Amino acid sequence: MSNFVETVGMETHVELRTRSKMFCGCPADHFGKKPNTQTCPVCLGLPGALPVPNKKAIEWSILIGLALNCKINKLSKFDRKHYFYPDLPKGYQISQYDEPIAINGFLDTSFGRVGIERVHIEEDTGKLQHKKINGENLTLVDFNRSGVPLIEIVTKPDIHSGVQAKEFGQKLQQVIRTLGVSDCDMEKGSMRLEANISWGLNWSYKVEVKNLNSFRFVDKAIEFELKRQKQILDKGETPRQETRGWSEGNNETISQRFKETASDYRYFPEPDIPPMEFSDDFIKKLKRKIPRLPDEIAKEFIEKYKVRKSYAQILTGSKSLTEYAYIVFNLALKKKIEPDRMAGIIVNQKVDISKVPPESLLKKIKIKEEGKVTEESELAILVEKAIKELPKAADDYKKGKVNAISVIIGKVMSLSKGHADPIKVKEILHKKLL
Amino acid sequence: MKKNILTIDRIKHIAQLANLSLDDKELQTYTQQLASVLNYMEILQDVDTKNITPTYQVLDGTTNVYREDVVGKSFSQKEAISQGKRIYEGFFTTRNVFEEARIGESTPVPSQRKVIDKYNAILTKADPKGVVGHKDLFMTKGIETTAGSRVLEGYIPQYNSTVVANFEKAGFKTKYKLNQDAWGHGSSGENSDFGPTKNPWNIKKVAGGSSSGSAVVVATGKVELATATDTCGSIRMPSSFCGVCGIKPTYGAISRYGVIAFASSLDCPGILANSVNSLQKYFDLFSAKDSRDATSQSESREKKKGQLKRVIGIPKEFLGDGIDSEVKKFFLEATEIFKKANYKVLDVSLPHTKYGIAAYYILAPTETASNLARYDGVRYGNDRNYFGPEAKRRIMLGTFVSSSGYTARYYEKAARVRTLIIRDLEKAYQKVDAILAPVSPIPPFNIGQKAGDPLQLYLMDIYAAPASLSGTPSLAIPCGFSKGKLPVGMQIMGPRWSEDMLFDIGKTYQDKTKWHEFRPEN
Repeated sequence: MSNFVETVGMETHVELRTRSKMFCGCPADHFGKKPNTQTCPVCLGLPGALPVPNKKAIEWSILIGLALNCKINKLSKFDRKHYFYPDLPKGYQISQYDEPIAINGFLDTSFGRVGIERVHIEEDTGKLQHKKINGENLTLVDFNRSGVPLIEIVTKPDIHSGVQAKEFGQKLQQVIRTLGVSDCDMEKGSMRLEANISWGLNWSYKVEVKNLNSFRFVDKAIEFELKRQKQILDKGETPRQETRGWSEGNNETISQRFKETASDYRYFPEPDIPPMEFSDDFIKKLKRKIPRLPDEIAKEFIEKYKVRKSYAQILTGSKSLTEYAYIVFNLALKKKIEPDRMAGIIVNQKVDISKVPPESLLKKIKIKEEGKVTEESELAILVEKAIKELPKAADDYKKGKVNAISVIIGKVMSLSKGHADPIKVKEILHKKLL
Repeated sequence: MKKNILTIDRIKHIAQLANLSLDDKELQTYTQQLASVLNYMEILQDVDTKNITPTYQVLDGTTNVYREDVVGKSFSQKEAISQGKRIYEGFFTTRNVFEEARIGESTPVPSQRKVIDKYNAILTKADPKGVVGHKDLFMTKGIETTAGSRVLEGYIPQYNSTVVANFEKAGFKTKYKLNQDAWGHGSSGENSDFGPTKNPWNIKKVAGGSSSGSAVVVATGKVELATATDTCGSIRMPSSFCGVCGIKPTYGAISRYGVIAFASSLDCPGILANSVNSLQKYFDLFSAKDSRDATSQSESREKKKGQLKRVIGIPKEFLGDGIDSEVKKFFLEATEIFKKANYKVLDVSLPHTKYGIAAYYILAPTETASNLARYDGVRYGNDRNYFGPEAKRRIMLGTFVSSSGYTARYYEKAARVRTLIIRDLEKAYQKVDAILAPVSPIPPFNIGQKAGDPLQLYLMDIYAAPASLSGTPSLAIPCGFSKGKLPVGMQIMGPRWSEDMLFDIGKTYQDKTKWHEFRPEN
């Protein structure tokens, strides 16, 4: 067999920002709290405690399913997934096995459509720390996070590169943030990504890579792993099916053999929780609650405001940015300025939207516009200054290194505090240097 | 069955999945015992379950039980970590997870516990002014709760079960915590890690289990009322063996919150007393929906009951082989009392009765293996080496029958047979109001007499299984005394939420008989 296709499926865990935990009334906001200060019989797994599901978490999981174009299962239930680990207080995790909340959706990336296999609800585990205390290696356990509502989103193996996986992760983050149901903060761990990587399902192995706590690492780890596996395959061997972790320090994936004890989750229906049944009416009502999603808004930016696609995608990255862009675009249209230009400014100059009101952003461009005609001499002075400060770049450009000019243009832009017209600057530079 | 299913290697793998460290002797014993039990389970393969949906819960079709997203009270850090054995700066600690070392990690040290009473019925004396005894599965805040197991020896709960909280609110303080088969695993009361409970009618005999202590303190008049639980006979069996009355309610009637779980889809907390009158009085106090128990929310509990037919059914399958002649005689005499009280007595058929034990001993161990997974000694209690032999046996059995590759043959099959057993009863209740049946096929036997043959003990639950698997109520009351001066009991079973009717039928019987008035000499 010599069929090699980069094949990646993503498993994403997202913590919901409900007030209380999934199955009990403890606060769900656990970040930075003193250890074991937000627990109760249920999330501590005390004898006799029973779970009662959080209604809001169920509704939010359906919202996520709908936003990802999934079919919502009208009948759904919880199951127990069994394994032993000190962060799992009951010895099983309440999860969903064969009747997840939602199935068969998709999310589009610029590289193509990524199928969503399932969206299901489960509970988060406690947190472990490993420490040497009085000469003994111990694991410390904090259960504040235990029982926080967790949504798992599993894609089909439709992703074919690190960048696509990164884009998928970013878009998923945008969608969920737009819904307002999770912070999706990778650093705080409220969004966690895992990738299943292989060179095609026909090779009958896959490597699971965990510990991907930034989108950059997702990209790097997948590219690293594909390369590593290809080298093994090229030798005529099959890579080991295993779990690996991304090591930031070494820029590589490392085998996590310790996790590979016998696993047989022995799923069975959670007897403590009655099944769930969702009517069409209920699902319809939830559907109405979904705000306009980034893709839809980006489409409007492109079609109605004629903003280029790359800007539109960035400007739909968060709710606040989108709202800001709307105001700026509409003001721009009134003043007969192309929204795409304003979009360019917001994106390229990394405008701090919390500090610069839309009106002053437009005023800026007005000044700039007016300034550009009259101040050509002033521009020449700035160009002169930039060349003096960057003699090497100027030299390089003279020697034919075309790219060097952008460094000088950048310098002029910063000297003019963004008021210079880059096209004019380029013209002046041409005249001066060639 | 294929003989080679249970190799030592397979058993080792199962033990690993179950997080149990077994020594060579244990491995061999369990391999043999599980083989014999699994061999018995093969009768399930005779049942045609094509197109039969499996039953995993009995909830009258209840769905969508939720709580609102509201923050409630959490434990303080001090409360949360109070029962951990090794604490470091507010954290629980455990052996480093990266280090392998399980076998021989801890060898249980002998218990220092002293026997309190001559029947070994009482594990803990709580408030001397208390009036009620609780089976030791009920969480009592601040009062040691062990489930009859050394795993929880010394465990002081940080919260009260709903039942105990309601008792306290009503002014009934806890007097005793009562002995039981550890975790509810047993029909004789011999499986307590703190020694067997003895029958107050004859100290050499078993008291019946698993709620052995509850039956003894009621029989001997130490309390008027004791709580208990019934997963497959654990209220009815000791009631019958000690000559007291016990109600195993409809599944979901009394909250399970704070009652240490044995098999969650079957566990029914209930009560024992010396007469049906007193059972009814207390039952009405404690049977209520509990927002903390999602399986107690059935709306059917409030529905009006239909007209009674005054017809009682006798399941013919219960009176065949294996029933003791005296037990049978008293049972048939009881039916005569009902006839005199203007009840029509009819034969009914529960054709799947003989599969009940096989189905039950697959479903319950699967759930118990899961429910006992939390006992790792990190947050409370002792580690898993402290489990007694019966608990280990059931954890191993449950882990095996739900393990990959075996679920269809065992766990799912049993759940389908459960559906058929429920249908048998539903069909019968179209013709009769209630079903009268013996509780145990035999009278109390000598302590130790059946040790070493788990299957023989399991088979004693045969008459208890239908009501348990179907989540229907059953009232156990005394109906005679054997020649050996040991009590014999019977059970009155009814459809879900028919407790009031069962109490009425029970009172009719007790108005005309005196069996429930006899007390053992103290």
